Amino acid sequence: MTSDSPAAAPALPAEAAAARGAGTADAERAVLVRVEDLHVTFPGRRGSVDAVRGVSLTVRRGECLAIVGESGSGKSVTARSLVGLAGDRASVRARTLEFGGTDLAGLSESRWRRLRGRRIGLVLQDALVSLDPLRTVGAEVAEPLRVHGLVPRSGTRGRVLELLGDAGIPDPARRARQHPHELSGGLRQRALIASALAGGPELLIADEPTTALDVTVEARILGLLGRLRDEGTGLLLISHDLSVVARLADRIAVMKDGVFVESGDAAQVLADPGHPYTRALLAAVPALHAKGTRLSGTSAGSAKALRAYAAARGDARAAAEASGAPLLSVEAVAKRFRSPDGGWHQAVDEVSFTLAEGEALGVVGESGSGKTTMARMVLGLTEPDAGRVVFGGRPWSGVGERERRPLRRRIQAVQQDPLGSFDPRHPVRRIVGEALGRGSDGERVGLAGRRSRDARVAELLDLVGLPKALLTRRPRELSGGQRQRVAIARALATGPDLIVCDEPVSALDVSVQAQVLDLLADVRAELGVALLFISHDLGVIRHVSDRVAVMKDGRIVETGDGEAVFTAPRAAYTRELLAAIPQPVSAV
Amino acid sequence: MAVTALRVPGRSWRLPRPSTALAAVLLVLLLACVLFPGAVAGASPTETDPVNALQGPSAAHWFGTDQLGRDTFARVVHGARPSLLIGLGATAIAVAAGAVVGLAAALGGRVVDAVLMRTADVLMSLPELLLALFIVTVAGQGTVNVMVAVAIAAVPAYARLVRAETMVVRGSGYVEAATVLGLPRFTVVLRHVLPNAVGPLLVLGTVGFGTALINASGLSFLGLGAQPPSPEWGAMLSEGRNFLDTAWWIAVFPGAALTLAVVTVNILGSRARHRLSGRTAR
Repeated sequence: MTSDSPAAAPALPAEAAAARGAGTADAERAVLVRVEDLHVTFPGRRGSVDAVRGVSLTVRRGECLAIVGESGSGKSVTARSLVGLAGDRASVRARTLEFGGTDLAGLSESRWRRLRGRRIGLVLQDALVSLDPLRTVGAEVAEPLRVHGLVPRSGTRGRVLELLGDAGIPDPARRARQHPHELSGGLRQRALIASALAGGPELLIADEPTTALDVTVEARILGLLGRLRDEGTGLLLISHDLSVVARLADRIAVMKDGVFVESGDAAQVLADPGHPYTRALLAAVPALHAKGTRLSGTSAGSAKALRAYAAARGDARAAAEASGAPLLSVEAVAKRFRSPDGGWHQAVDEVSFTLAEGEALGVVGESGSGKTTMARMVLGLTEPDAGRVVFGGRPWSGVGERERRPLRRRIQAVQQDPLGSFDPRHPVRRIVGEALGRGSDGERVGLAGRRSRDARVAELLDLVGLPKALLTRRPRELSGGQRQRVAIARALATGPDLIVCDEPVSALDVSVQAQVLDLLADVRAELGVALLFISHDLGVIRHVSDRVAVMKDGRIVETGDGEAVFTAPRAAYTRELLAAIPQPVSAV
Repeated sequence: MAVTALRVPGRSWRLPRPSTALAAVLLVLLLACVLFPGAVAGASPTETDPVNALQGPSAAHWFGTDQLGRDTFARVVHGARPSLLIGLGATAIAVAAGAVVGLAAALGGRVVDAVLMRTADVLMSLPELLLALFIVTVAGQGTVNVMVAVAIAAVPAYARLVRAETMVVRGSGYVEAATVLGLPRFTVVLRHVLPNAVGPLLVLGTVGFGTALINASGLSFLGLGAQPPSPEWGAMLSEGRNFLDTAWWIAVFPGAALTLAVVTVNILGSRARHRLSGRTAR
């Protein structure tokens, strides 16, 4: 602004004043959201809960502010307060709560409605829940257009297709006629973004927009959000995953227990985190660390306990290792299912691999690649149509359940959703105790038997780093991380040779995920248990596995030594997957 | 803040709703009548007193007297036991049989499932009361026969529920987890499937108790169940209807008792269902 100089001012006074006026208006308009000292409180049975305690933030046009934190940190509540959806019982207070110069405090419901969808768009995590199952995607996207009267009735359809296309949905004319359940997760999420964009919002709030998605789809969604930001939309991104945030955010705020513990320029926060909590979050991202390093600082004690446990169990394992035969060999198994349209869907197609004693094989692939079907065949829960599974030198598939049952204790499972794998009525003591089976103290109901069984369950809980106090808890009363630890304790109770882990950490926060991954590494190192580790997350796979198999469309497209697959991928698909991993924080 | 604190005081959530509280009080009253009818009503339910026949409600006879001079209040109180026990017995039989049939249909394979469920379809196509009436007519009248007939008529509904629940539980993660642990099938069914599938059945049973009560009384009203002079509510209604224009109290009070009993059980049953559905994972 050279016109500010006194010499130029007399020459073009009117224009200069106009320019300056426009300039200040621009600067004012640039700030979309201004929040100062936001407090959100929920009244509860045992006193009220302060979900957000004094948060201040601004979002400017064309800028992305990311709020990062674990579940329960208050990040979603903060974002929802900006659209008046913090909850019926929430009390929201703030010194300043402004959007585009409008004071949001005490806005009536009808004023809110005029704001939502029109000037502020909201994209939630689970598109299947957020989209009306009875309406087509096109109708869903048309609704904000209609409600806010943005386009004439005759132009609605054209605008809807345009929006779907903008959101990166191929063949929008066909997709607009489909219902949410007919679309894949990635397409649904894009449809949700399209409906959020229909009103042409100045601010887009995206709450964990990619958490349920595969890496390649995630990369596309993040690309779409990035484009919107570059076109001038303000973006408020909420996520628990620093690697996702780092791709998009201009500024990052790290939230913990309702306050921002650190906030600032994205590059600054990621490269030189000032707060210990931010450092812990960064340390927990497996993609950033070499295999064998610990991701969490907390569960180191479990290694010692596991070592003692292994010693007490004797050297049976060492003898088995000497035999040299593979523990598990999967030979050209195939499985197909009836698809809803009457055809067949080949879930697994001629998959072969072997697993040695104590080895960790990582299987990576996107949803629908056949990973879980393969895992179920290894677990003996699904019979292969062709091929066979051999476990410990004995046929494992194609035999009756009666023959399989005595061997079952040697292959155990840890599932993605441990809650579903626990009987909801049973306390932890029974859940783990049941896996101990009929030992010397077996099924005896006597007080002595129960006491020694409880002692063994407590020992197992100790192995996985859980306190004895959890013995009497029911599954619903446990946190996600605790549940997964209980699942691991139950798997260990039978003294297995192989544990099949199907997406064991994908439902967990990064820091909890780090603890569970460390625990699994300890279990393998100290007990010599082989792992078949299934995940869609390449970073996790890389961290855990000795060898890696990449699955796509029911086939293994590449298999090899873990580091080799990651550093020198041979298959084109593997390269595509690797390119999609968020690798933003390389500066660390 | 202060306002919210006032609105949600620490203890208020523990107070039950008025309807629930009222139902609970009525339940206690009913139970007292069932267990200690003599203590609740001093008079004898069967002692006739022709001199005082057909008297309206008064201090001496709260609910009046019937055509034989019997105290209606005493008969209503003493009638609680036979009336409620028939309903209770019928429901217990129906729930137990329904659980067995439902489990068998869900776990017994395709043929067993088809046979049991098509039979259930046929039975369900008939109104419950009509079906019970038919069974009593064939089997002969009497309290026990009415109880069994009402139970049989109710079984298909319970069996269907248990079958559906069992199928859900059978496909659940924890049954799979038990399989992976190598537990025998019978143990899995007994320890995991049965207890989890039967929970909702008990709730439906509370609500079904009301229906069973009405059906049993209906059969007694038709003269197929409890026989005079037994003070069963349905039978009392039947006797009282001839005097509706001259002595309304003979029919109205047992009718009111029946209605209150059904409403009480239904309210408590639906409260139980809400409590239970709030707790289960689904």
